[in-house]
Amino acid sequence: MADARALYQEVILDHNRKPRNFGTLAHASHQADGHNPLCGDRITVMLDLDGERIAGIAFHGESCAICKASASMMTATVKGKTRGDAETLIGEFREMATGKREPDNLPHIGRLAVFAGVRDLPTRVKCAILPWHTLHAAINSLESTSTEAADDPMHAPIGDA
Amino acid sequence: MTALQTAMRSQPAPAIDILRIRADFPILELEVGGKPLVYLDNAASSQMPRQVIERLVTYQTTQHANINRGVHYLSETATAEYEEARRKIQRFINAREDREVIFSSGTTDAINLVAHGYGRKFIGAGDEIILTTLEHHSNIVPWQMVAEEKGAAIRVVPVDDTGELSIDAYEKLFTPRTKFVGVSHVSNALGTVNPVKRMIAFAHARGVPVLIDGAQAVPHMAIDVQDLDCDFYAFSGHKMCGPTGIGILYGKAALLERMQPYKGGGDMILSVTFEKTTYNAIPHFFEAGTPPIAAAIGLGAAVDYMSAIGMDAIAAHEHDLLDYATEQMRRMPGVRIIGTAPHKAAVLSFAIDGVHPHDVGTLLNTEGVAVRTGHHCAQPVMQRFGVPATSRASFAVYNTMSEVDALIAGIRTVQKVFT
Ligand SMILES: Cc1ncc(COP(=O)(O)O)c(C=O)c1O
Repeated sequence: MADARALYQEVILDHNRKPRNFGTLAHASHQADGHNPLCGDRITVMLDLDGERIAGIAFHGESCAICKASASMMTATVKGKTRGDAETLIGEFREMATGKREPDNLPHIGRLAVFAGVRDLPTRVKCAILPWHTLHAAINSLESTSTEAADDPMHAPIGDA
Repeated sequence: MTALQTAMRSQPAPAIDILRIRADFPILELEVGGKPLVYLDNAASSQMPRQVIERLVTYQTTQHANINRGVHYLSETATAEYEEARRKIQRFINAREDREVIFSSGTTDAINLVAHGYGRKFIGAGDEIILTTLEHHSNIVPWQMVAEEKGAAIRVVPVDDTGELSIDAYEKLFTPRTKFVGVSHVSNALGTVNPVKRMIAFAHARGVPVLIDGAQAVPHMAIDVQDLDCDFYAFSGHKMCGPTGIGILYGKAALLERMQPYKGGGDMILSVTFEKTTYNAIPHFFEAGTPPIAAAIGLGAAVDYMSAIGMDAIAAHEHDLLDYATEQMRRMPGVRIIGTAPHKAAVLSFAIDGVHPHDVGTLLNTEGVAVRTGHHCAQPVMQRFGVPATSRASFAVYNTMSEVDALIAGIRTVQKVFT
C-alpha cells in the first residue's frame, strides 16, 4: 500500500497539475477517443502525422491524475518521433504497466518508469494505459476505443457493482 | 404493524454496545498496509458477523443435503432450515405470509424476476413505466429490456439539486397508460430516503403496482411491507450482514400468482410430461433449480443478528455517524457533499476540488480507509449532478465516530498530496 503513495510522486503530480500538450490541434490528421467506462475516464488524442512522423500531438478530456499525467508524459515523449517508434513505446508501456516486464529491461521507457508502480494497483492499471491505448487507436485510424470488452488491452475486465 | 411494534417504535432507540458489536466481526481486526482497516464501503457489501459465519459452518457440517427432494434425515433437515429462514425474513419485513417471500440471488435477480414475470406479461405497446433518476442500473436496465421488447416507454422522475425526488413531477407523470412504477427506497449513490409510502398510495389510487428497490433500505431501517403497501420489495443479503448470492423478492401473493414463470426447471413444477407441465405454487414457482441453501439459511441468521440489536437502534447509530461525518465534511474547504436531501440514510457521497475520485480512493486506501469511488451503477445520478464519479463513504452498525475521524484525516492527506 505504501507503493500507492509512492506512485503519487512529484513528476506525476506535476504533469497532472500542468499537463503538457493539453488541448486540441487545429489541423489534426488523426484522432481517437478513449473511454474507461469503469471509472468514467475519457480522453481524446489528436495527431498531426507528417508522413511517418508525429509532427503534432495534443490530448484533452476528463480523467484521474494517473491517466492525465500518463497522457501528458506520453505526448511529450512521442512528439517528433515516428509512428513505428510510438508503437514500440506503446508496447513497452503496456508491458511495464501490466507487470510483464521490468522497466530496466525496456530500452525506450526512460522517465516513463515512474508509472511502474501501477502494476501493484490492479484497478489503476487501466488508468495509466488508457492514453497509450487511445494513441494506438489514433495512429491506426480507429475512431474510438475502450478499456473494456473486445477493446480491453488486458482482456480482463474489472467488475463494478 | 402490530400494537407491540408500534409501542416499541415510540420508545427512544436504546444505545448500542459498539465494542461488543465490533467484536462480532472478525474482519474488522484486519490491518491494511499496516493501518487498521476502516471499512466504509458498506453500501457495496457489508461484513459478516461470527454468528452468521458460524451458522454457515453448522449448516455445512451437520445439515446439508438438497432440499424438497429426499426423504432422508439430512434432506428433511435442510428443507426445514431453509423454510425456517424464509419465515424469519417474512417476520423481519412483516409480510403477511411466508409464500410471499421468494429467494432470489440478489436485488438484481429479484427485479429481473418482476420485469420478466409481471412486466413482460402485463405491459404492452404504448404503455408507460415510471422510474426515477435515482435508480441503480439494476432497476433501469430490466425495464428498458421490457420497454424495448413491448414498445413501451419509460418516464423518469427528476431530482432537485439536493437529490430529493420531485413528488410533484412524479404525480404529473401518471397517464392512463401508466402500468408500473419502480423506485428505490434509499438511493445508493446519494443516500436520499424517498417518500415511497406516499408514492405507492398515489400509484395505487390509479391502479398501478409499485416495486420498491430496498437494497439500501433493509440494512438500515425497520421495513414493514404491509405498512408500505408495496406490491414488490427487492433486497440483497450481502448488504445486510448476510452472504452473497442470496436476496429476496417480496411480492403480494395475489400478484405473484398472476405472473408468468421466470426460470423453468426442477422444484418449480408439480409434474412434467412432454405434452404438459403443471407448475408448483408460489414461492416454489419462482425458485427453479437448487437454490443457494446455505446462503438462505445464513441470511436467516443475519436477520436474527440485526433483530437482536434492533433495527431502530441500528438506524439511530448510523444516523449519528452520518450527521457527524456530514458536519465534519461541511467544514472542510474544497470538499463538496453530493446529495444533501433532508432525509438521508447511511450514505455520504462527496467530491474533493481538483482531485478525481479514483485518486481519492487510492490514497484513502493507503490510510486503511475503504470507500467506493466511481459511478455507483447510477450513471443518471452522476449526469444529473454533472460529475463523472463520486467518492462514497457508507456506514454500517459496526462503524464508529473515530472511523469517521480517520476518513476526515484521510481526506486532509489527499488534499495535501494534491496541493
Ligand atoms: C439501490 C440498489 N439496487 C440494486 C443493487 C444491486 O444489488 P445486487 O448487486 O446485490 O443485485 C444495489 C447494489 O449495488 C443497490 O445499491
